[in-house]
Amino acid sequence: MVVNALKITDLRKTYKSGPQALCGIDLAVEEGDFFALLGPNGAGKSTAIGIISSLINKSYGQVEVFGHDLDREPEMVKSCIGLVPQEFNFNQFLPTEEVVANQAGYYGIPRAQAMHNAEESLRQLDLWPKRKVMARELSGGMKRRLMIARALVHRPRLLILDEPTAGVDIEIRRSMWAFLQELNRSGTTIILTTHYLEEAENLCRNIAIINHGSIVEHSSMDALLAKLHTETFVLTLRDRLEQLPTLDGFAISQRDGRTLEVSVERERGINGLFAGLSQQGIEVLSLRNKQNRLEQLFIDMLDAARNGENP
Amino acid sequence: MRRYQGYWTAFQTIILKEIVRFMRIWIQTILPAAITTALYFIIFGTLIGNRIGEMDGYRYIDFIVPGLILMAVITNSYANVVSSFFSSKFQRHIEELLIAPVPNWIIIIGFVGGGVARGLMVGVAVTLVSLFFTDLAIYSYGITFLVLILTSILFALGGLINAIFARTFDDISIVPTFVLTPLTYLGGVFYSIKMLPEFWQQVSLGNPVLYMVNAFRYGLLGASDIPIGTALVIILLFILVLGAVSMHMLERGIGIKS
Repeated sequence: MVVNALKITDLRKTYKSGPQALCGIDLAVEEGDFFALLGPNGAGKSTAIGIISSLINKSYGQVEVFGHDLDREPEMVKSCIGLVPQEFNFNQFLPTEEVVANQAGYYGIPRAQAMHNAEESLRQLDLWPKRKVMARELSGGMKRRLMIARALVHRPRLLILDEPTAGVDIEIRRSMWAFLQELNRSGTTIILTTHYLEEAENLCRNIAIINHGSIVEHSSMDALLAKLHTETFVLTLRDRLEQLPTLDGFAISQRDGRTLEVSVERERGINGLFAGLSQQGIEVLSLRNKQNRLEQLFIDMLDAARNGENP
Repeated sequence: MRRYQGYWTAFQTIILKEIVRFMRIWIQTILPAAITTALYFIIFGTLIGNRIGEMDGYRYIDFIVPGLILMAVITNSYANVVSSFFSSKFQRHIEELLIAPVPNWIIIIGFVGGGVARGLMVGVAVTLVSLFFTDLAIYSYGITFLVLILTSILFALGGLINAIFARTFDDISIVPTFVLTPLTYLGGVFYSIKMLPEFWQQVSLGNPVLYMVNAFRYGLLGASDIPIGTALVIILLFILVLGAVSMHMLERGIGIKS
């Protein structure tokens, strides 16, 4: 039987200031999943995460974490969750080690064990050499990693990451991806929100897209990407072109003398493109996606929603 | 059982964090109270007090010792919780507690415990300062200690409620300036209410600080304007009311949750 790490039913939130942030969302995340929760700014992602992690009061609906109801067993729910919020929310005036060990204490882990867990978490995130450094003195990337270390100190079964790599350089981001993949392989269910759609596409197996407080897509990543009808590729050519080539079935435009943009229907494939260009004596040096596939799909869906179309 | 061990660990973590916080900045948290009180003793006790003579049968400096100690305890218990809880809201690390399986009553007693710890530490410092100016003889250790603890709890709860409501740093200084200080100064620290006209004596009875100062004075000197039993009941009632208000506010998420 499939166990749901998270099950949300008809979740609604209307803030006192007026706006309805969530309009009755349903969501299920299976145990062991690496799940992406995406949406534009203000879509309701952080509100949903805030409710799940008890930082925001819901207006209506039900939240279950590993079968525990948030209303009836809040402490069980909290014990299962580790949260990495979007903004830095640790005590800036404490040493790094204290930030992590205190969090363990709040989860009822005795001091000796808390210090041991803190060491393990800080080592995992390459922060152990900085354990005595005041949290405010850490770099932006280190602060992000500190929040992950803190979230893991009580060994949660469900880790929720709200834009964990925002403002982090690509090297650290990639090392964080590797760490999170390893964590997921070891059994931790992960829910990720991010604005780096490449990140979501690379890491996550299932996805939900939320817009204006409603879930507009909830499927596997593969099924979602299969909906992408057209992909645009950027081709770098060996020689400068004098004239724009034409090929039946491919929409080609010229960026500059040596660069073409080609839109290819998914069903058609790109073999024909290479064959056609080759016949015209055009040699391709390299090829890349103009946009990340998920990004393209995401933008298409939001455009469609804006225009009132069915994406 | 295991659950309560977890609560105990969470409580220890909060209170230790609080104690470490105010001890790290002891020059700002402990020392000023000792210096201010020393000035009170010099000016009101020695310089002016000698001209006042006796009050309620005690030398004036002996009469004001209990009030001055308690005044320091009150302001520091309050200040510790209001500043610590508000800054944890401001820096958002209160969220560390809100997402953890810590019941609200543990959060309350953890922060209040921190306030009491600072109040007591300041109380000890001020008492030591007072020994330079007067021979302190304690009439009842039990009453003295009980009143000290209860008063400290009461004002720590007051600080917590202020911090929960506060939205800006200005909000955490309004109550101490416009409520706490007048109540304390008019709470019989420097005078016996018997000196007041009948009407103002009755008005003074509406000031909760009066009961604490007098109960504490009873513990130290054995003299009080208020029956000790009445004073203790009033203090306990205030603690119950403020405790219930704090609990209600945290349960509803007032000031800390959207």
